[in-house]
Amino acid sequence: MAGKVTIIVHSGDMDKVYSAFIVANGALAMGMEASLFFTFWGLQRLKKGELEKGPLSKMNMLGLGKWMVKRRMKKAGAASLERLLQDFHELGGKILACDMTMQIMGIKKEDLRDDLISDYCAVGTYIDEAKESTITLFI
Amino acid sequence: MAEIKVDCRGETCPVPLVETRKALRKAKEGDIVEVIGTHPASKKEIPMAVKALGLELIDVQEEGGMWKIKIRK
Repeated sequence: MAGKVTIIVHSGDMDKVYSAFIVANGALAMGMEASLFFTFWGLQRLKKGELEKGPLSKMNMLGLGKWMVKRRMKKAGAASLERLLQDFHELGGKILACDMTMQIMGIKKEDLRDDLISDYCAVGTYIDEAKESTITLFI
Repeated sequence: MAEIKVDCRGETCPVPLVETRKALRKAKEGDIVEVIGTHPASKKEIPMAVKALGLELIDVQEEGGMWKIKIRK
């Protein structure tokens, strides 16, 4: 494996979660390893049925902006977040869930898509992953 | 040796790259993976991935907005 990408997914905004998965999947496709550390608002997206539910980071306009962007994405042939997630998983990407966020926000393991999560952990695991990464991002 | 076809016409970033990688992972050594698509950047980026993966790029062609890339595993 040629290098590794570690991304903190802090935002739960739809467009930002897209960015995280696109970068991570690109890395996996180019033979790198990839880990996504979901925390705070990002972790909300790993709840069952919530992956596509994030608002647009700008011009959401109570969902109208998101609806317009989604329509244009569909027209452009953009993949759904669910597909990106499944591809990420298939190509061996690792998903880490922040346990402090779970405590603070009262999220239980059974609320999350546990089958896709490699580990429930804290900052130590992120640092452990990031220190051996050639690319690390905070989204 | 098998020839595996991947059709990414109409798909955009990062799907052609990801589908190419998925096909290459499943392919056996010596197999040929042929990817067709229309996403412009992928025509440049799939060869980058092939290089990064240490595989052999056999051919890149384009005609009428559609490209075809052949890779040997």
